Amino acid sequence: MLSQLIVGGLAIGACYALIALAMVIIYKTSEVLNFAQGEMAMLSTFVAFNLLTEQGAPFGWAVAATLVFAMALGIAVEFLFLRPAKDPTVLGLIVITLGFEMILYGLAGWKWGPDQRALPFPISNIEVYHFGEVAVSKISVWIFSIALGIMGLLFLFFKYTKLGVAMKATQQNQMAARIMGIRTKRILSFTWALSSLIGTIAGILIASTYPLDVNMMMDPMMKAFAGAVMGGMTSLPGAVLGAEMVGIIENLFGGYVSLEFKSVVAFAIIVLVLCVRPSGLLARHYVKKV
Amino acid sequence: MDMKRDYYEDIRLFDSKVQVFWTILFLLALGLFPMLGGHYYAYLFNLMAIHAIVALGLNILIGYTGQISLGHAGFFAIGAYGCAMLYKVYGLPFLVALPAGGFLSAGFGFLVGLPALRLEGPYLTIATMGFGMAVTQFVGHWSFLGGRMGLDIPKLKLLGLELGSDTQIYYLIMAVTVIMTVGARNLVNTRVGRALIAIRDSDIAAQTMGVNLTYYKTLAFAISAFYTGIAGGLMAFVLGFISPENFNLMLSIVFLGMVVVGGLGSIPGSIAGAILLTYLQIRLSSVQDMWLVGPWIVDISERWFNVGGMANLQNIIIGLIMVLIVMFEPLGLYGFWIRTKRYWRTWPF
Repeated sequence: MLSQLIVGGLAIGACYALIALAMVIIYKTSEVLNFAQGEMAMLSTFVAFNLLTEQGAPFGWAVAATLVFAMALGIAVEFLFLRPAKDPTVLGLIVITLGFEMILYGLAGWKWGPDQRALPFPISNIEVYHFGEVAVSKISVWIFSIALGIMGLLFLFFKYTKLGVAMKATQQNQMAARIMGIRTKRILSFTWALSSLIGTIAGILIASTYPLDVNMMMDPMMKAFAGAVMGGMTSLPGAVLGAEMVGIIENLFGGYVSLEFKSVVAFAIIVLVLCVRPSGLLARHYVKKV
Repeated sequence: MDMKRDYYEDIRLFDSKVQVFWTILFLLALGLFPMLGGHYYAYLFNLMAIHAIVALGLNILIGYTGQISLGHAGFFAIGAYGCAMLYKVYGLPFLVALPAGGFLSAGFGFLVGLPALRLEGPYLTIATMGFGMAVTQFVGHWSFLGGRMGLDIPKLKLLGLELGSDTQIYYLIMAVTVIMTVGARNLVNTRVGRALIAIRDSDIAAQTMGVNLTYYKTLAFAISAFYTGIAGGLMAFVLGFISPENFNLMLSIVFLGMVVVGGLGSIPGSIAGAILLTYLQIRLSSVQDMWLVGPWIVDISERWFNVGGMANLQNIIIGLIMVLIVMFEPLGLYGFWIRTKRYWRTWPF
């Protein structure tokens, strides 16, 4: 029972981890907390759904096209809404992403309505692997390994590519990065594209097990926030660790305490973490200058 | 002409006789209105007034204290369920149940305000958003409150009078709204209001000046939650039926939108924002009946979108307004009004 719950938590935690990563990447680079992350992923997943069902595209091509769309969407947000805002406040930035979230939610609702749909996914939901006593569905294994693979790629990207290093430089100090000849604005656009891409992968993975509708990303986004906060909002490994922990804790709570109030766990985690250790598990504590 | 020469001028309710005149005229118009307009408009005005109360409360928190909250749908739900349950199940008179619901909500506001002491900006937004979603889910799973099936609200009886129709309940709501507006107006001009504004501008500086941060931040949350709770209690009786879906995250975002669109730190702004967004919400939910635009939208929906989801246009428009306001007019409608006034005062120069 215990190990079963933990494995289940790891699989869904991997999806949360991807969304949390997407948020943290943007937050680190531009200090924008992207509340539209979930809806961006939701809209992109619907695009994949449309390609698969109405256009009849093969799965690989549909996903590839969706990821291109997601990147374009990310760049569009940055270019259309965040760049022209004249020195926005923290609240201003939050309101911009919230407004954008509403726009995307409305667009998806207009096009696809409130019905629940199923994304045709090539990997079976029902078949299970057995590891000793623990039964794991095939899809959970795939979700977990895909998420792990993406995290590995991200790590390599930030460590060994020129673009990744430039992004890290922009995160640390924009002014200095500009002096070093990095086009920071272009880096910002690229950050949004990357973040939207990662979020969309999470969206597709979530839609493989859960029904696809306009509200599908609300809950995962909340969990991802909890995970990101737990990891400290500015640390990539922290976000992964935090989100996995949220997934496991939530599953354990659902298994042992109460299945009905499972969703309240995320809020409790956020409040507890923020009260006990506001800077998160892995991020360095920062002191605000007046 | 805007110079204040002593303290009593600062705390006066009206700045000039002209303002008194217009206010009285406005109140008279509000009182006579339901006799001219039909039920539909009474209903629309009820919603506007209720949302105006929420916007006032939220503006006290965001615009005056600088604490961002995305959880006000939660307080709204607490107020609505609290008032409805006290009235329906425990049989308290409405005049007791409504403030009781408000105080219940204020209690939760105080509790949410406690973690807010250590949080700011985005972190606070996440925490309050978590609170709002947790309340909705909690209500949805608690069968005592009707769970997902929702809760039927009986007809409202006030001092022996039955207020069945929208027009009858209109007067009650308007009275509450006027009281709440005057309350908010007075609050921000007193010691408490000035402390809150000081916290918004710089909490460290405020603390240095002797403002007790713990006290005033939790107080701001409690007051804001109280306003929202009262509005929620009224909303329950206007709708006649409440279910957890009424209080989702989108509602919190729209509340925030009202404050930002109307104008941060401005009482008339909050009301204007609430009126505008509520009107858009109601109008755009039946967009196909709109003059000129309606058929065109239906045509677009048939060709590229889905006619069934056309009501979602309200989300698109409201989201777009929020984004554009932040980008081009950060002070909101109130800032726009101030600028227009200044422009015409010196016209044609």
